Amino acid sequence: MLTRRILTAALAACAVTLAVPQSFAQDKSIVVASTTSTQDSGLFEYLLPLFKKKTGITVKVIAQGTGQALDTGRRGDADVVFVHAKAQELKFLSEGQGVKRYPVMYNDFVLIGPKNDPAGIKGMKDVAQAFKVLHDKQQSFISRGDRSGTHSAELRLWKAAGIDIAKDHGPWYKAIGQGMGAALNTAQASNSYVLSDRGTWIHFKNKGNLEILVQGDKRMFNQYGVMLVNPAKHPSVKKDFGQQFIDYLISPEGQKDIANYKINGQQLFYPDANDPDA
Amino acid sequence: METDASALQLVLSADPTLMAIVRLSLAVSLTAVGLAALIGVPVGAVIALTRFPGREATIIALNALMGLPPVVAGLAVFLALSHSGPLGAWGLLFTPTAMVIAQTILVAPIIAALSRQTIEDLWLEYRDEFAAMNVGPFGRVATLIWDARFSLVTALLAGFGRAAAEVGAIIIVGGNIDGFTRTMTTAIALETSKGNLPLAIGLGLVLIAIVIVINALAWGARRAGERLAG
Amino acid sequence: MRPPDSELPILLERVQVAAGKVLILDAVSLNISSGAPTVLIGPNGAGKTTLLRVAMGLTQVTQGRVTWGGREHTAPTRRAIMFQRPVMLRRSAAANIRYALKTAGAPRSEWEPRTADLLKLVGLSGLAQRPARRLSGGEQQRLALARALARDPVVLFLDEPTASLDPAATKAIEDIVTNVAARGVKVMMSTHDLGQARRIAGEVVLLHRGQVIERGSADTFFANPQTEEAKKFIAGELLV
Repeated sequence: MLTRRILTAALAACAVTLAVPQSFAQDKSIVVASTTSTQDSGLFEYLLPLFKKKTGITVKVIAQGTGQALDTGRRGDADVVFVHAKAQELKFLSEGQGVKRYPVMYNDFVLIGPKNDPAGIKGMKDVAQAFKVLHDKQQSFISRGDRSGTHSAELRLWKAAGIDIAKDHGPWYKAIGQGMGAALNTAQASNSYVLSDRGTWIHFKNKGNLEILVQGDKRMFNQYGVMLVNPAKHPSVKKDFGQQFIDYLISPEGQKDIANYKINGQQLFYPDANDPDA
Repeated sequence: METDASALQLVLSADPTLMAIVRLSLAVSLTAVGLAALIGVPVGAVIALTRFPGREATIIALNALMGLPPVVAGLAVFLALSHSGPLGAWGLLFTPTAMVIAQTILVAPIIAALSRQTIEDLWLEYRDEFAAMNVGPFGRVATLIWDARFSLVTALLAGFGRAAAEVGAIIIVGGNIDGFTRTMTTAIALETSKGNLPLAIGLGLVLIAIVIVINALAWGARRAGERLAG
Repeated sequence: MRPPDSELPILLERVQVAAGKVLILDAVSLNISSGAPTVLIGPNGAGKTTLLRVAMGLTQVTQGRVTWGGREHTAPTRRAIMFQRPVMLRRSAAANIRYALKTAGAPRSEWEPRTADLLKLVGLSGLAQRPARRLSGGEQQRLALARALARDPVVLFLDEPTASLDPAATKAIEDIVTNVAARGVKVMMSTHDLGQARRIAGEVVLLHRGQVIERGSADTFFANPQTEEAKKFIAGELLV
């Protein structure tokens, strides 16, 4: 019957299609749990082919919020974690889940809002003060709400403004529990303020009537760290390949590659593997 | 895959990355439907043709499972396949195989429930003739499945439609990894969240085109059935 | 070859078939042996269909015993039945007959020739490839008859085979049945058409409300009915 032949052909086709990529993947690859901001900035699409060319290792990136990425490491489902929330990373280490933390690079956060800026915070130098204004004027604000590095930074800024945001928020404060791109989409669609990392913002294609209103405050500085998931706790971790990836990121060559990543001629990430305080 | 204005052109010009995504989507969903059919049709046939305690409850449960939320199926498979889960040693998490497993779980109840209905309806018609011709149990099952084949193909196509359209299960168990587990639906979710709407829309159009083709095939199968077998 | 006549005689001994509290067949004793066709007559609801199904072995009795050639619970290998509303398999006419041949255990080499013969016997040779479900009522009935005959039966049961057919189709069926009976197949047929009973029967059995009222050779039954019910039935006055 014709239908039977079509079905058999289809099944054979998928068996072949599925077999091929799998056989490559088994050989030389690692799973890196990282953040949506890092993915959405386009850094991996630039960096990973360079790494593969150098070492032949394929890097498979799972992009989640920092909290989720570290949890993936805790379950042993990733070989390396590459996130940007130092406090959470140190906690990860103290649990024995990671081997060692290496600083890699930093970028900064920017406070985004509608061009007409109803809160009047444009150009302010003190970001905590800007946050206070948003709170006092009950301006619509989109929070990541997902234990990500960006979310952690946002919470630190509320604290710096003297506001206990967990207790002291109203309907103006919208925690969406999703990644940076989704948060920007929501802000654009609802004319709201939102804290974003610069990389994702530059790369974001749906800016609409949003623009950067506050930037440059030292407290908006966003540090990235990378860790090998502890093979003693999770025997399935590919420690050699994983360590090669870390070594690449902190090597002079890797650091140069990171610095060279630009969008519209603008550098996004600043390498600082040699900074002992990072 | 990153230029924005030419995103629609990428879709139309069969960009290789895009083709890889479409191929993976079809491979995952077709394999899942194939496996789900191998499981679902016999299960549906057995339930249709046998009497056992709790049969009514089983049928209700099977019909209810047709509406199993994909994220729930995805979560269950994720917990099972995670390295800290019972089947972690298989190392299947974040692979296309995990996606096939999740979608098979989603689609098998659909195929089983629809097969059961089709086969049971035909069984009620054929029953007396089977008895009169002294047809044994295996013969009955084979004849029913063969004579109902066009309706069963429609059930398979319904299952495929479900698999091809879902994103909740495969994004959880697949991880949406660029070049490995990124399918049309997960790519649409990603590009939307990056604000890359033209590309997301382009992918959406491809997906809709595939769904339309599936529905056309389903309709064609029914018509062929009527023409050939009456 | 299979042992001939292991199906006959069919003996029903005080057979009762109940559906809940209602008795469809009530203490029916009947002996069906080889010979001329036995025609079962009676008003609607008399239990004719059930009696045929019991004799075929399709319906279980709630009391009493049925034996075929002296044995109980035999598989219906050389019995065949044609239902009042036969169900066509969803395939061609020829494929329906092949299916009957296959399930009857005929060797594959015989399928082609025997299918052609049976189609010819029932006058459907020209419609061999037509999907069976798209045949007319009369054609489907003839195909069902061909299917039944494909089993090479010793006993052939027919349940009101021409009830929904026009006169031409009715005659076609009757001719085939008479032909088949003449070749030695025992035919047991139900009908509510007295004319048909007269034409076909060697022996008549009158059934009323689940009981055998009268039985006899066709000539004596019609010429000289013994019971009140029989007289009324022949006069067309026994309706229920």
